[in-house]
Amino acid sequence: MGLELTIGFLPLVDACLPILAHEHGFAEEEGLSLRLVRDMSWATVLDRLLYGHSDAAHMIAPLAIAATLGRGRPAQPLSVPFVLGLNGNAVTMRPELADRVAPIGRLGDPAEIGAALRDVAAARLGAGRPLRFGVVHRYSSHNYMLRYWLAACGIRPGRDVEIATIPPPFCADALEAGEVDAICVGEPWNSVAVERGVGRIVLATAQIWRRGVEKVLALREPMLDEKRDEVERLIRAMCRAGRHFVDPANWDANAAILARAEYLDGDAALIKRAISDRLLLARAGDGQEGQIVHYPDFMFQYREAANFPWVSQAEWLYTQMVRWEGGGFDSADAAKAARVFRPDVYRAALIGTDEPLPGASSKVEGSLRQKTAVGSQQGRIILEGNSFFDGMVFDPADLQGYLAKCD
Amino acid sequence: MRIAIVDESASRAAVIRDGLAALENCEIFVLTERHGLVAEIGRIDPDVVLMDLGNPSRDVLEEYFAVSRALARPIAMFVDQSDGESIAASIDAGVSAYVVDGLAAHRVHSVMDLAVRRFNAFARLQADLAAAHGRLAERETIDKAKRILMRTRGLPEPEVYAEMRRTAMSQGKRIADIADAIVTAHQLMGGK
Repeated sequence: MGLELTIGFLPLVDACLPILAHEHGFAEEEGLSLRLVRDMSWATVLDRLLYGHSDAAHMIAPLAIAATLGRGRPAQPLSVPFVLGLNGNAVTMRPELADRVAPIGRLGDPAEIGAALRDVAAARLGAGRPLRFGVVHRYSSHNYMLRYWLAACGIRPGRDVEIATIPPPFCADALEAGEVDAICVGEPWNSVAVERGVGRIVLATAQIWRRGVEKVLALREPMLDEKRDEVERLIRAMCRAGRHFVDPANWDANAAILARAEYLDGDAALIKRAISDRLLLARAGDGQEGQIVHYPDFMFQYREAANFPWVSQAEWLYTQMVRWEGGGFDSADAAKAARVFRPDVYRAALIGTDEPLPGASSKVEGSLRQKTAVGSQQGRIILEGNSFFDGMVFDPADLQGYLAKCD
Repeated sequence: MRIAIVDESASRAAVIRDGLAALENCEIFVLTERHGLVAEIGRIDPDVVLMDLGNPSRDVLEEYFAVSRALARPIAMFVDQSDGESIAASIDAGVSAYVVDGLAAHRVHSVMDLAVRRFNAFARLQADLAAAHGRLAERETIDKAKRILMRTRGLPEPEVYAEMRRTAMSQGKRIADIADAIVTAHQLMGGK
C-alpha cells in the first residue's frame, strides 16, 4: 500500500511542478503516488480542497489567505508549505490601446506606460466609458499586481478604471469582443490572445515586482498535519521537478507533457515559449515583425529558492487585501495570514538534501537592487534584485506603516 | 421562490429543471449562455442559483455576488446556512449553490436534495450512454478484425470468429481486445 495524494489544479503553465513530479516519476521515487484533478474555476479547486475531494491544490496565493480569513467562504485555515512559482503573468492590451501607451517590439518601462495610460484612462472616464481590465480572480496576485501598478501610476482602480473577473480561457474572447481593454493573466493565455491578433503584451508582472509570489501549494491545516509525511515527500519531488523544469535540455519534452489533453490541453509551442521566458509581444503583420522577446525574469519555478514560503510574502498579500477591500487592518487577521505560509514544513522536508535553505523565514521585500548572498541554513543562496518598480520597500516588521504609505 | 439554473449543458439543465418542477411555488430559469450571464442573473434576481462545478464562470459569478450592489439582497455560498453533509453531497454530485440571505433552511434543503438527485441521475445517464458508445465502437472493431482475417486467411466468417474467441480465452482477454490488436497490427503492416 503506497502513499497517495490527490492534487487539484487549473490548466495553467505554473501547475507544472506537481504534474512533472508525477510524470517523471519523482513522486514515485519518494514512494508517493499522485492523482491530479483538473478543474475550470478557482472556486471549484477550492471547494474540492475544503470538502475533501483533494488533499492539496495548485492555488493563487491570495486565495489561500482569503479562505483562511473566511472571505467568500466560511473560514477554514489553509497552509502553504511550498510556493509553486513566482510571477509568470503579463498584461495584454487590445492592440489600439497598446499602440497608444507602450513601445513596439520590446517590453516598455512600467512607469512610462503607466503615465501614458493615465491620460487614456482619464479621457475614457470623461467620455463615460472607463477603461476596463480583466483579472482571473479577485483573490489573485494578478489583481494585486495590476492594482499596485495602476495605483502607483496615479490611476485609482475602481474610481478611474474598472476591474472585472474573467476566467483565463475566455480572456482572448473578452479582448476581442471589447468586454475589456486589457487583461492580466498567466500563460499560455496572453500568448493565445497575441496569436489571435486580439492583444499585444505590454508588461510582464515581474516588471512590477521582480519576485512576486504567484501560485502556491495549499492544504487544509488539519490535512497537512494528517498527511505530513506525504507532503514532505511531495515537496522533495517537486524540487526535483523544478530543477528538471528549468533545464533547457528538457523544455521540449516538458512542454509536450503539459500540452496534453489531461493537463493544459493547449499548444506545446506556446507553452514552451513561457517555460523558456520568451514572449511574442505582438503577432506579425501590419508592417510589424512578430518579435519574440527574452525576459529571463518572466517566470520563476526553482532558482533562488523560489519555492520557499517566505512569511513576509504572505504578509504583503494581506496588506493588499486590506488596501483594496477596506475593512481596516486587523492584527489578529495579519497573524493568521502570516501563519498560512509554513517555512517550517519546507525546511523539515529538505533538511539534509542538497537544496539550499534560507536562514531566515521572512525578509524585507523589494530591498535588493543587485545580486546579494543571503544567510542560509544549508547550501548557498544568492538572491537577485527583488524590487518593486516604484522603489517602495515592504518591511514585514511594520505592516501598518507600509499600508499608510501605500495611498 | 426564484431558482436560476446555470449550466452550459442544455440537456443537463433540462433534466434539473424537470426535477425541480415538482417543487411548489417555484419559478425556474435556465441559463446556458456564458455571455451576459451576470446581467441576466441581475435581471432574474433569484433566491437560489444552481451551477455545475465544471462551469468556468463560477469565479465570475462569485465576484459578482461579492461586490455587486445591483442585487437587492446579498447572495452567499449556501455553505453559510447548510450542514457539512449536504454540502459534501452536492460537491460529490457536481453542483454548487448560492442562496440569498435569510431563506429558510428547510426550503434550501428541499431544493438541494432534488438538485443533487437530478445531477446524479444525469451523471448515470451519461455513464450509460458512454458505455453504449463504447460497446458500439467495440462491435465495429470486431467486424473490422473479422474482415481482415477473412481476407488474409481466406476463412469463412464463423471460423474467423471462433478463432478470435479461442485466442481471447487462451490469453485471458476480451474478444474486443484481440480484435483491437488485429486491426492495429494490420495497420502497422501497411494494411487498410
